[in-house]
Amino acid sequence: MKDIYDVIVIGAGPAGLSAAVCAAENGADVLVVEREKEPGGILKQCIHDGFGLSRYGERLSGPEYAYRDIIRLQAVNADTAYGAFVLDIGEENGAFRLILSMRDGLHHVTGRALILATGCRERTAKQVFIHGDRPSGIYTAGTVQNFINLKGWMPAKRAVILGSGDIGLIMARRLILEGAEVLGVYEAKNRPGGLARNIAQCLNDFDIPLYLSRTVTRTFGKDRLEAVEIMDVDENMNPISGTEEIVPCDTLVLSVGLIPENELAESIGVPIGDQTHGPLIDQNMHTLKDGIFAAGNCVSVNDLADYVSENGTIAGKAAAEYIRGKKDRSLIPVRSEEGIAACVPSHLDICSDLNNVTLYLRSDDDCKDKALVLESGGNILLTKKMRTVHSAEIIRIEADLSGTDRELKVRLI
Amino acid sequence: MKNLTCIICPNGCRLEIDENDHVSGNLCPRGTDFALQELKNPQRSVSTTCRTVFPGIPVVPVRTEREVPKRMMKEIVREVSRIVIDQKMDIGDTVAENILDTGVNVILCTDRLKEAGNE
Repeated sequence: MKDIYDVIVIGAGPAGLSAAVCAAENGADVLVVEREKEPGGILKQCIHDGFGLSRYGERLSGPEYAYRDIIRLQAVNADTAYGAFVLDIGEENGAFRLILSMRDGLHHVTGRALILATGCRERTAKQVFIHGDRPSGIYTAGTVQNFINLKGWMPAKRAVILGSGDIGLIMARRLILEGAEVLGVYEAKNRPGGLARNIAQCLNDFDIPLYLSRTVTRTFGKDRLEAVEIMDVDENMNPISGTEEIVPCDTLVLSVGLIPENELAESIGVPIGDQTHGPLIDQNMHTLKDGIFAAGNCVSVNDLADYVSENGTIAGKAAAEYIRGKKDRSLIPVRSEEGIAACVPSHLDICSDLNNVTLYLRSDDDCKDKALVLESGGNILLTKKMRTVHSAEIIRIEADLSGTDRELKVRLI
Repeated sequence: MKNLTCIICPNGCRLEIDENDHVSGNLCPRGTDFALQELKNPQRSVSTTCRTVFPGIPVVPVRTEREVPKRMMKEIVREVSRIVIDQKMDIGDTVAENILDTGVNVILCTDRLKEAGNE
């Protein structure tokens, strides 16, 4: 590891790997920093298939998908620091100085640009207000996935799953295949959180019941979980008294949402958006702080690793360009209006190319036969018919926004 | 009339199949193939893990190279769980040939065993 690099990428999951490869291919001197001993991020434990469909036209498992990027990274001229935890980022003469905690002690390294690819974290039991005892047997879906797929441990005999996010659905199937009983998936909302294909192939295939508008309200057990209390909830997600049901089980698996991880971003003053809970960024994945780029699930939680890699590629290319000569930026906002819950990017840099901008949108509700409309200064720039829209699934569109110089409004009407 | 969710890609098209095996609701031709196969003999790919003798690598990810009959998924996972890998292997190598006479091989999904045991 040298003292100074053009671009330092933080995180070696799919976003960080593709960002690093692309930055290096565009001539930047790159360092990849990763807290774990091996690259690949969460893909290492996602052994199910379906990765790479849009990128490669193949159905790869997570480790195979990661392997392709790891091989690419080895082929380009980039340094790696694995088993390195970023303790602090400071600014020094327009560059960023990192303090890394590594096996052999603390190291300092400076990057002229940074790409944040820190991913997301699972929401835990503490964050969903379940009352009662705290015995062993209450895990996030990602922890169960880690135990079974990486450590070879089987943590459950009779499991209840709370939340219908994709990882929860995938772990329901995995638990059944490994010989456990899965009593049901309980979802407090009135619609499932995961992709329709995962409801079909993970639950329906194995006759696992999905209960909507029902949630776990209490846990019981001294050393090990013995039962959970389930209640119906009203439209405001408040439990309805009189609907209590006790379900005996030894494991509660939580799949109750993912939160972009931005502790480092916030520590250096990168502005964070209310809708995405990730850094506000322009179409080049450049945050509102010059020289700091961000990509993948730390920007906004994606449904597909393919999208994560795609925006890593954009960030890598843009960071390499930034190093070659700091261009002026002039930012206009992208506003989520009717029907749209969140939009990435949140801004457009009108000094930079606008002829092929990829937008990732999330609708605020499930709906049918709508039109997606992009408008700026009274001009309709794009209209796209949408036959079915699911709030659980990201809408990805490419648009030519050349000439836009006023706020871009996005609507689903 | 039958309703299915297509699992070929993340679009997850909601398919309808009428009495004459006419499929609608699909965005691409793969949806038709999926629906007809699903009614006749549903197929799935299987991802699971098998054990190794190498320190620090208790299990490794493996998958069926192609799809297998859906009803055999559990049996295949049980069969693969009996395998213990004790030699170096590369990603994509065959871990088990013709698993349970399906005509489908089980392949390794990681390169962690390429240099295993060398440390």
